[in-house]
Amino acid sequence: MTTVDRAAAAPPVRDQSAKRRWVGQSIRRVEDPKFLLGRGGYIADRITPGTLHAAVLRSPHAHARIVRIETDRAKAAPGVHAVITGPEAAELCDPMPDFGPDPARHTWRCLAAEKVRYVGEGVAVVVADSRYLAEDALELIEVEYAPLPPVTDPERALADGAPLVHEALESNCAYERTFDFGDVERDFAEADVVVRDRLRWHRSGGQPLETVGAIAEYDAGTGSFTIDTNTLSFTSYLFMAAGTLKVPANKLDIRPVPAGGSFGSKLFANKPAVIAGMCARKTGRKVVYLEDRVDNIANCDHHGSDRVYEVELAVMRDGTMRGIKIDVIDDYGAYIQFGVGHHGNALAQVVGPYTIGSVRYRVRAALTNKNQQGAYRGFGSEVNNWMLEQMVELAARELGLDPGVFRRKNFIREFPYFIPTGNVYDSGDYDQVLDKALELADYSGWRAEQKRLREEEGRYIGIGLISAQERSVFSATEFWFWFDEPGAPVTSTPESVSLKVDATGGITAILYSCAFWGNSPETMVSQFVAEEFDCSPYDVSIVYHGSRDGLPATGPGGSRTTVMLAGAVEGAAGKIKEKARRAAAHLLEIDSDDLEWADGGFRVRGDPERKKSLAEIAVMLHLFKHSFPADMESGLDASKVFDHPYTTMPSADRKDLGVFYPFMGHACHIPVVEVDIETGAVTFLHYAAVHDCGTLVNPRSLAGHIVGGTAQGIGTALYEEFVYDDDGQLLSSSYLDYLIPTAMEVPELTIGHVETPSPYTPHGVKGGGEGGRMMAPAAINAAVNDALYPLGVRLTELPMTPERILSALRAAGPAGGGAG
Amino acid sequence: MAPTTCTISVTVNGRPHVAEVEPRRLLVDFLREDLGLPGTHIGCEHGVCGTCTVLLNGASIRSCITFAVQADGAEISTVEGLARDGEFHPLQDEFSEKQGLQCGYCTPGMLMRAWEILAENPDPTPAEVRSAIASNLCRCTGYQFITEAVIAAAARMRTTKETAS
Repeated sequence: MTTVDRAAAAPPVRDQSAKRRWVGQSIRRVEDPKFLLGRGGYIADRITPGTLHAAVLRSPHAHARIVRIETDRAKAAPGVHAVITGPEAAELCDPMPDFGPDPARHTWRCLAAEKVRYVGEGVAVVVADSRYLAEDALELIEVEYAPLPPVTDPERALADGAPLVHEALESNCAYERTFDFGDVERDFAEADVVVRDRLRWHRSGGQPLETVGAIAEYDAGTGSFTIDTNTLSFTSYLFMAAGTLKVPANKLDIRPVPAGGSFGSKLFANKPAVIAGMCARKTGRKVVYLEDRVDNIANCDHHGSDRVYEVELAVMRDGTMRGIKIDVIDDYGAYIQFGVGHHGNALAQVVGPYTIGSVRYRVRAALTNKNQQGAYRGFGSEVNNWMLEQMVELAARELGLDPGVFRRKNFIREFPYFIPTGNVYDSGDYDQVLDKALELADYSGWRAEQKRLREEEGRYIGIGLISAQERSVFSATEFWFWFDEPGAPVTSTPESVSLKVDATGGITAILYSCAFWGNSPETMVSQFVAEEFDCSPYDVSIVYHGSRDGLPATGPGGSRTTVMLAGAVEGAAGKIKEKARRAAAHLLEIDSDDLEWADGGFRVRGDPERKKSLAEIAVMLHLFKHSFPADMESGLDASKVFDHPYTTMPSADRKDLGVFYPFMGHACHIPVVEVDIETGAVTFLHYAAVHDCGTLVNPRSLAGHIVGGTAQGIGTALYEEFVYDDDGQLLSSSYLDYLIPTAMEVPELTIGHVETPSPYTPHGVKGGGEGGRMMAPAAINAAVNDALYPLGVRLTELPMTPERILSALRAAGPAGGGAG
Repeated sequence: MAPTTCTISVTVNGRPHVAEVEPRRLLVDFLREDLGLPGTHIGCEHGVCGTCTVLLNGASIRSCITFAVQADGAEISTVEGLARDGEFHPLQDEFSEKQGLQCGYCTPGMLMRAWEILAENPDPTPAEVRSAIASNLCRCTGYQFITEAVIAAAARMRTTKETAS
């Protein structure tokens, strides 16, 4: 069986025509005042006097056996309370939570136990009265290493005879499989033209300005941990972290504190919490472990994708795209905590906005002596966007078609649309997005200017035009559909909200796995609550709940938060309104069917003066329960566990992966760049970006995500790279070498919004948090290639550093200006 | 051997302090931990990102690569000193209005740098603002709304000054 009953699985289509008062307004964020006053309450701000500080000794070797660790001198150093080595940590803690393909054969621990597998991996931790004293003591630890040959290139790692990162795996290939979706052979046999390319995307990372940290306390009396951290997520899976700390899940309370940015890099980042917890139990004291910047660059477990592609795209002379063959090697580094879920993200939108009919997808996960991959804004789908748009650009050149015309010829226009992998695109209007982008970019004007500047001034201007998808709201099936066995039922990936109306009508919203990460969960929830109850969003109070006694929740990731919170608020508000309606009916002595919600309360249909406000109802329900029928309890509160609204099972043969990322955003980016062929520098002359994330909740916030994501995409395209040399040394371990774009590198964006409401979500909202970074690398690469096209130069490797651009120009010979 | 300490006198946001510090104690740790002013944050710890920016005698410095003893006798301004009598400074208010922040972590450093910029040039162009705040990294916003906020705050501050004079 290869198909599932798609029509039956779709949720009901919603009427999205309602007028909205708060959803859609660019209100000031409710989160902001505390941050503007310097009272953000980040993890470092919560260290109380008497807390001990942990510091980790990092490996200087990429690959080495740990022969001996001598800690006596460190233990005797002033202010030191404990020194824990890797082998000791392996006794105190079980391996780290790991969703990888075969965890027992590539075991990952909070500190390396027998050998180190990358530069920066922790080998010991010191706990002392201050960070200063802890770092002093680190220098007194003597580690004897027996170096082993490292491997840092993914293709060499997969070759015979490569040094093994994990001997137990007997290979450096953690996963390999080829999927066929649709009739690939026929599409390629019938194609007029097949374009081929090899593409290379090097690794970068989220690099929030705040590192990861945790403050842990262990109560020996109850055997339970309380850990404050800036990384709470996937609370439904925290039983795994509890297992690592060797306590039952109901003895571990992980409490969220605001994070100074994540961009994915704090997703399920449990290692600092485990290290802090281990140290707290060992010392019997409260312990903070807060990564320093080198820890966060070299040992964060959250480097981004690192891929080598061989791709073929089959097209017809008339400009029809037929099929695509993708062969990708992803360098996962030394461990593989999320398996190849990053390629699930790619498969969610592998054909982009185009009617490509078939896909062959071969993925190989290579293990090397680098820090492991985790999450970074896009989670691997942004890399697929870049790869696909590079191939589309190549085919457009081959066919002699304008990039916009070629794309438009292949746009999907009927929704819901099932792509060959089985995932659905719920809605969209790609023509409208492209039209708006062409207009905002002054596309034809820049084409004329490009020609003039080239002819009259010898300048190399490039215009990039890409159209690409932004999937939102994942179902976790994408983490297991890689395997035939063990199968699992479809994963619900819920999010929960509790709403409590107090006796005065004040509303408190409780979030369960939604720490503040720089996104705006408080503003989003406040706007949704205000929409439901006709109150001011600034009157809503928000509580971030800890994990232990919380409701099922997943947290930020895969652009899911806003959609899922909208569903949870809608559900909880519906329950509260139902009880309030019954109470109001009783108080007004009328049938509840004769009441309607209006202006913050219930009123009698046709007699609007007879009404009860929410506050009037709430005070009665809180204080005067005996005024109501016996089955009505005191209070006015409700919770909603909102499960993924639209996800279906993969077929047994995995030719149809089911619906797992259905709410499909879309965007068109058109940057205009100038490439200086003497220096290899790229500067922006203009940048237009049009996004469609369904109904806008707060347009200003979304615009912020678009600009900020684009800034990160500029970094990915031009500057940022975790560079490992052949010996496995990390050459970019500080911001002196790892270059993050400043205000001088990021241009002013001209932003446009198109709103195609999702038919399946509350208000028609789609996720938009990863936006800019999903598009910008592809768009900027296209712009640079457009600039250098007259010189016969095409960049196929990111980031396009000046060095890479100049090498490409030199390789092209005199035509590429490479004679000098 | 117990570490030797030095006595320093500093004025922070108008309030004088005398303290004993180790010579190696970083100014940012002194402000955050010893004086209880957590608004100044630590970012890259290399003096690159500008997150830890404070004003030392009116000029911006990186408090993560400055020793507390170097501030002896100085006047220091941090984000905690911006709001007066429960009212936001125009910079804070415009950062909120324009959404010139997301995670808020770079914000205190960015506000202090913006304060310095406007003290030197009360009427900057957007390009001048961008050039000047290139000293400070922001990973969230892409700088666009920060630039708008600084321009808007500058206009308000000029108006206030004219009204006052």
